[in-house]
Amino acid sequence: MPGYSISRRQTLILGGVALLGLGLPLPAFAAPQVGAPAPEFAMVDTKGTLRKLSDLRGKVVVLEWTNADCPFTIKHYKSANMQTLQKQATGEGVVWLSVISSAPGEQGYVDAAEANRLTVSRDAAPTAVLLDPDGKLGRLYGAVTTPHMFVVDAKGVLRYMGGIDSIASTNVADVEKAKPLFREAMQAVVTGRTVANPVTRPYGCSIKYAT
Amino acid sequence: MRRVPGRCRAIAPPQIVCALLGLAFAMLPQTSFAAESAPVTSPRATVSLISDVDAVQPGSTFRIALRQKLAPHWHTYWKNPGDAGEPTRIALNLPMGASAGPIEWPGPERIEAGAAVSFGYRDEAVLPITVTVPNEVHAGGVFAVEADASWLVCAEQCIPESGSFDLRLPIAAAAQPADPEISAAFDAADARRPQPSPWVARLTTVGDGFSLILSGPGLSAETAREVAFFPDSWGPVDYAHPARLIARSDEIALALERGPTFDASQRVPGVVAITDGGGVTRWFTVAPRMNTAPAPSPATTVPLWEALVFAFVGGLILNLMPCVFPILAMKATAVARLSGGELREVRLSALLYTFGILTAFTALAALLLTLRAGGTAVGWGFQFQSPAFIAAMAWLLLVIGLNLSGVFDVRTPSLGTWNGGRGRAGSFFTGLLAVVVATPCTAPFMGVAIGAALVLPAILCITLFLAMGVGLAFPYALLAVFPGASRRLPRPGPWMLRLRQIMALPMYASVAWLIWVLTRQTGESGLIAGLAGCALIGAGAWLFGVAQRGPGRKSWAFGASAAALAASVVLLLTLRPVDEATQTEVTDTAGQSERYSAQRLDTLRAEGKPVFINMTADWCLSCLVNERIALSTDTVQRALKDRGVVYLKGDWTRADPEITRYLRAFGRDGVPFYALYPAGSGAPLVLPPVLTETAMLDAIAAIPRNN
Repeated sequence: MPGYSISRRQTLILGGVALLGLGLPLPAFAAPQVGAPAPEFAMVDTKGTLRKLSDLRGKVVVLEWTNADCPFTIKHYKSANMQTLQKQATGEGVVWLSVISSAPGEQGYVDAAEANRLTVSRDAAPTAVLLDPDGKLGRLYGAVTTPHMFVVDAKGVLRYMGGIDSIASTNVADVEKAKPLFREAMQAVVTGRTVANPVTRPYGCSIKYAT
Repeated sequence: MRRVPGRCRAIAPPQIVCALLGLAFAMLPQTSFAAESAPVTSPRATVSLISDVDAVQPGSTFRIALRQKLAPHWHTYWKNPGDAGEPTRIALNLPMGASAGPIEWPGPERIEAGAAVSFGYRDEAVLPITVTVPNEVHAGGVFAVEADASWLVCAEQCIPESGSFDLRLPIAAAAQPADPEISAAFDAADARRPQPSPWVARLTTVGDGFSLILSGPGLSAETAREVAFFPDSWGPVDYAHPARLIARSDEIALALERGPTFDASQRVPGVVAITDGGGVTRWFTVAPRMNTAPAPSPATTVPLWEALVFAFVGGLILNLMPCVFPILAMKATAVARLSGGELREVRLSALLYTFGILTAFTALAALLLTLRAGGTAVGWGFQFQSPAFIAAMAWLLLVIGLNLSGVFDVRTPSLGTWNGGRGRAGSFFTGLLAVVVATPCTAPFMGVAIGAALVLPAILCITLFLAMGVGLAFPYALLAVFPGASRRLPRPGPWMLRLRQIMALPMYASVAWLIWVLTRQTGESGLIAGLAGCALIGAGAWLFGVAQRGPGRKSWAFGASAAALAASVVLLLTLRPVDEATQTEVTDTAGQSERYSAQRLDTLRAEGKPVFINMTADWCLSCLVNERIALSTDTVQRALKDRGVVYLKGDWTRADPEITRYLRAFGRDGVPFYALYPAGSGAPLVLPPVLTETAMLDAIAAIPRNN
């Protein structure tokens, strides 16, 4: 299993938090709460660097679930919308992590080399790409679709989760017309403002999780 | 299966209708008429535009539909596609003057692909649209319908597809129905068309989730073998979890999970699919909302006038509730003071007191509304969950007590005397303080009023709070209207000073109680901070008194007392709630109760066990009194055990969203709250907030004995 590790201690803490988490019957896909600390993770990216959320305090972190063969993802890469957002974000010091949770044999699954090739061929500019073939990170965050966007502020608190914009379609022409919900949220977090729409509808293909 | 059924080409075996049309329009050799357009095909879907008539009539309506014949395993989407996907879109281009309605979405089915749940169609989807033909078209002409459609078709993967369709229909004096194969497609769509639900639909909270309840004749486990709910839009419902169905005679309940934007005050419109024992599914439109009435009766909400009366009576009863007794003390001194006053002053003072209360209630309502807007789950008494507030209240009451004891005087000329005492401003501030201290008590009727207030528009919410305030102020308002009443009060005399000193004792008792609450909230560090604050306040008050009464050299004493006050304010900042993990478990010493959790309640209810719920808080004196006299007694405990009732106790001393949600489900926003669930799946019995042992035993006796 490439690149995914949550230490025993972190697992214990996470489990404890989940249990304590107000005693809620947390289902396997319970989404994290906006306004609460974002779930901790530590994963090695496709280039061998460890990416640990708690090490990124002080920086805004964006998580983007992606699947290069999903028509909804293609819409945002073909229109260069996603790459523009990535460049804008990383230019402002944001750490942008693209996550691929497709299971082996499923649509969108790639190995590290292929993921890096995709980054070049798509002219993408994330800080790093995380491979999550067993779907642990995706399930931890309750990621449902590709794309599905999350913004974590500099204190490690989840500030946004949801769609990239307001028009759920595969039509490239809709990118211009849509309300850029994710971009507004990210800008608000970077400038320390309140996110106007912190939870929005994620739209896209279902993530092809391992079953 | 005909791909191009209506085309009347020479080689097509002409049906009668077709032949007639062919004859009628033989002079238009370039135009082919059809009730089905040329299809757009892919290995996944064959899509065409169909019409329910072969010829349209001027001034009539008819229907067209996008028909998607899907290959096995592939599906397209409903208007709300579910977790993933995209609904089919259709853009029409119609002749001048014609108009079209929206897509009449047939009832969808639940399509589960891994973790994601989609709402859509398998095999064949027919999406009808009603078109109105203008009067101005002439028989013999052509009515051309052009459609640009796009649809996402998915199996494990999703493929966006699109196509343009062209349907040319002859205009005839009388409409010509389409051939049976096309009509059958429309019939299939109509069979799935959601009908208005003939039943009462409502939502009710169950543990952490909520249930959709349909009640009315004709519903049973047999007629509702399978039930699914399809909300119209994303947000209120989490689809990923298969809903649990409980069906009984004349009622079905479907347990759902809350989605990220669930709001108890909003309706959740959608479509319910009910499959009967024969496997036939029917779809019904519903727009249920949360049932805010505490009783399980089908009455949905309390009418406004009733809520106003409840609020008023609730406010009135606040005067009598045990946790208001520090305020009663202040009122008693105020009454004593008024006895010598002039008529006009009495009236004015009562009015100012009322005004003070109303101001406080308006401020509370405004705060509650602000927090509600912020999405924070708050309840009545929420300020008592903040340790800093508790400490500040304890010290404030200590200051008032010391003042009543005569340690120092308050002689601010502009503000009048503070301690609920002399002066107009004093009356006003007594009113303000009455509200602040009375907050943690929920009188029997208040829960409903506040519950209603929290789901009402802002104006109504404030109105309700004002009604409650008027209730609280009523005994004094009465004095303003009937000033004669105050003349019956005892004459002023030296007893007033004694009374004032005696009234200090309930203040000290309240301080002791608040310090205890603070300790429960913050542990030993809070206890130290709270008591140190008391010592500082005591010293400060004494110094202040010395400065007031001693001759000369006052400034150092005032300074020192100000320093003591400042030091206690600093202490406030050190107060933090204890970590949940280190907090002592809420279990009775006798081990009678278990800690409440929504999950535990769900489990017990699923097992059909009878459950008694006690929602309590350390700062709620009524709760503690009830426990002592009605809940912890051997008789009651034995009776509970005897009937196999599981006793769950929720501690709301610190803010606990889970308990807040539970209370909200009953339209309540305060503790105490008691509910008794019978064995099986029956609705809970909500018990009154003032409990007696007899009432408790009666309620328990109504539960069938444990077998």
